[in-house]
Amino acid sequence: MKTKKVTAVIGTALALALTASACGGSDDGDGDGKKNNGKKAVADAALEAVVNQSTERGGTVTFEHSDVPDSLDPGNTYYGWVQNFSRLYGRSLTSFKPAAGAEGLEIVPDLATSLGKPSADAKTWTYQLRKGVKYDDGSEVTSKDVKYAVERSNFAPEALSNGPTYFKAYLEGGDKYKGPYKDKSPEGIASIETPDDHTIVFKLSKPFADFDYLATFSQTMPVPQAKDKGAEYVKNIVSSGPYKFESYNEGRNAVLVRNPHWDKKTDPVRPALADRIEVKFKVNPTTVDQHLLNDQITVDAAGTGLQTKSQPKVLTKSAEKAKTDNPYAGALTYLAMSTKVAPFDNVECRKAVQYAVDKASVQQALGGDTKGDVASTMLPPTVNGYVKADMYPTEGNKGDEAKAKEHLGKCGQPNGFTTNLSARADRPDEISMATAVKASLERVGIKAEIKTFPSGKYFANFAGNPSYVHEHKLGLMMMAWGADWPTGFGFLDQIVNGSAIKPSGGNNLMELDDPKVNAALGEGIGMTDADERTKKWGEVDKLVMETASAVPLIYRKNLLYRPDSATNVTVTQAYLGMYDYLLIGTDKK
Amino acid sequence: MTAPLETTSASAEAQPEAVLAGAGASQIEGRSLGQIAWTRFKRDKAAVAGGIVVIGLVLMAALAKPIQAVFDLDPNKFHQDLVDPALQAPKGAWGGMSWEHPLGVDPGFGRDLLARVIEGSWVSLLVAVGATLVSVTIGVILGVIAGYYGGWVDSVVSRLMDTFLAFPLLLFAISLSASVQDGFWGLTGLPLRIAVLIFVIGFFAWPYIGRIVRAQTMSLREREFVEASRSLGARGPFIIFRELMPNLVAPILVYATLLIPTNILFEAALSFLGVGIAPPQASWGGMLTDAADRYEADLQYMFVPGLAIFITVLAFNLLGDGLRDALDPRSK
Repeated sequence: MKTKKVTAVIGTALALALTASACGGSDDGDGDGKKNNGKKAVADAALEAVVNQSTERGGTVTFEHSDVPDSLDPGNTYYGWVQNFSRLYGRSLTSFKPAAGAEGLEIVPDLATSLGKPSADAKTWTYQLRKGVKYDDGSEVTSKDVKYAVERSNFAPEALSNGPTYFKAYLEGGDKYKGPYKDKSPEGIASIETPDDHTIVFKLSKPFADFDYLATFSQTMPVPQAKDKGAEYVKNIVSSGPYKFESYNEGRNAVLVRNPHWDKKTDPVRPALADRIEVKFKVNPTTVDQHLLNDQITVDAAGTGLQTKSQPKVLTKSAEKAKTDNPYAGALTYLAMSTKVAPFDNVECRKAVQYAVDKASVQQALGGDTKGDVASTMLPPTVNGYVKADMYPTEGNKGDEAKAKEHLGKCGQPNGFTTNLSARADRPDEISMATAVKASLERVGIKAEIKTFPSGKYFANFAGNPSYVHEHKLGLMMMAWGADWPTGFGFLDQIVNGSAIKPSGGNNLMELDDPKVNAALGEGIGMTDADERTKKWGEVDKLVMETASAVPLIYRKNLLYRPDSATNVTVTQAYLGMYDYLLIGTDKK
Repeated sequence: MTAPLETTSASAEAQPEAVLAGAGASQIEGRSLGQIAWTRFKRDKAAVAGGIVVIGLVLMAALAKPIQAVFDLDPNKFHQDLVDPALQAPKGAWGGMSWEHPLGVDPGFGRDLLARVIEGSWVSLLVAVGATLVSVTIGVILGVIAGYYGGWVDSVVSRLMDTFLAFPLLLFAISLSASVQDGFWGLTGLPLRIAVLIFVIGFFAWPYIGRIVRAQTMSLREREFVEASRSLGARGPFIIFRELMPNLVAPILVYATLLIPTNILFEAALSFLGVGIAPPQASWGGMLTDAADRYEADLQYMFVPGLAIFITVLAFNLLGDGLRDALDPRSK
């Protein structure tokens, strides 16, 4: 009897120990890590793996943000971090796979049972919805709610103006439909069909093979029409995901708790580990960093990394540096040359600039390789379609004065020329890079005067306004760009396609209207074969570089920090190099 | 000129300084107002020191380009090998101080700080002095008119001053500096930025000096010598220029010297907010802004423009204080 009891005790202890070590094992050595810090995750570990893996439920994950979201309403947001975050309380038709490394760029079905089934011409896309997906009030999600969500988010700028309008641009009759608030007819837009409660069909006006990427947008998260109050909906968002809103105070904070009607069986994407998720807005950016470094919060919601001034604090200590990740932010900083401003209307003068710019110096001015890598293609490495290339190589990326002068000679400007270089006044990083560009151009006799403009009006009135550019001879323009969805088309279409030249507010600053580039973009987006399509984007990139109209400068990187208590941390390439907010949990109970 | 301080034998008793300390009574000689002030000023060591520093600064600003050429100081030359990019700080102690770079280098590009401080001096002083001239000119003209004519003229000018004082100056300055674009006033680039700064800073500081001048004028116009002049048939303009102005010179001069340091700080504040001088042109305010972003990594960088501004402001203040004491016998 006694022995038995002892055995039982030992057994229990053993079982506990086993559980603990099992836990430790899956924790990527965390069990031992407490004693031996050397075994803990190293710097950049979350780029290719899930750090601090755990399947333990419970705890409160806390987010802080130095600003406010444009809106938490899935139908009224453009911010990348809200796209990432909204997946906690909403389910889009498709979603990016919550996984480490390049796998994170894969699209998986979420609310739909499979990826979209395209017609041969990539103009009709059909999705089947999962059965048994419920809102937080227990009612079932239907395809009509998805249709309604797309209608309200794309066609009603009078109430919901923040989001992108790609559905409006691609849906048949999208230019005529006035949105559900103005057009009260029960049918809504004709080009989205819902033959039954679990089928939805999108009919497009032109081929668009990236449609599954559009379906990842929070705009396809279902919204029941009866609960929608337009701009006021953000105060009472109906959840279709694992969490619902317990409270929401505009501009201050939001608290999410478990949605009792969410069923894990219908949701292969979300682990939903935490019991509670809190997000605070308008916290001083330095305070956010401080809280993160002190392990008081789990994540900086903005996902753009530590402030420049906080970075030395972690970079100088190896134990702290081990907790950082330095992912690509999916964005490129480049120098756009206006093909309509002399002498940049001559390709040889543009090539001279390609060779003259000292990219290494630009990188250092920005803050070294923590802030980004020297770029040589338009597509950043974390965008589908990226092909490593360098059409204008120079030794050590320091520029090649001899080659630059050779091209200046061919351009008929052997002694250089004067021009203007624009940058955004309230972006010190951009001004630093412009200063470095200016200095390197001076070596070959190109004198560029830096002009700074407020960033709020940069595209509407200045660099993005061709008549201003021509009149004021803005030959060179600093530009930064990130994709709305991580494919070559999503990245390039708005910045190199001739159709993206607008009288104001355009992003094709070079005014590049190259028939070969335009044709290749159009051809690629009609290809339903994903591999061939992806290959095409690499070709477009090469065609753009052949025009020499933009000098890729830096693939931007962020310096993210993962506190000890954060579990399941991995960087998602799909959302501009933030941590994946679906996976993240906490071991603080 | 019939000033109240006319040195007569009677006033010489009251003001012993007004008499030359000669050997005998026969050498007693009247001194001018300027001589008296100069004697007093010389006795004030702090003011003299301030004056010397100010002269030195003005020389440095005026000769910035030749100085850079002689000592081979290029404010825009990069030395990026001297900077640790990850930490955004110069390599080595004290912000990268060395014989080649006595004040160190800046953390972004490794540009020589001594060269940039010298280069920045002419921009900062030009803006400060220019803005001071603008506000003193407007302030004196409107102040004298309001003070001398009184009545509805005074009411209008005074309300105008109130309006300007109630104006959210900084907001206006930011929006104006940001919205003025090339081609305005026929200027472009750096001259335009400097002109805009001079205008913005100067145009909104005039009510301060305007009020002082108005009050002084009001008290002066009731004095006997003005009454006398008027009874002899003198008209407004004559009285203003011949009787009042000479008596206003002292407060105006003093106020102007005190306004210059304020304006240097204001230029710094505007540059700090990103609406000052466009890069890569060095200005003290711009350097301070740049340094403020990186003070945790490179504190020393902040000291260089900070000290330059501090020394300049202190020198102008000491000079201004000394001038006031010297020019106004009642202030002692």
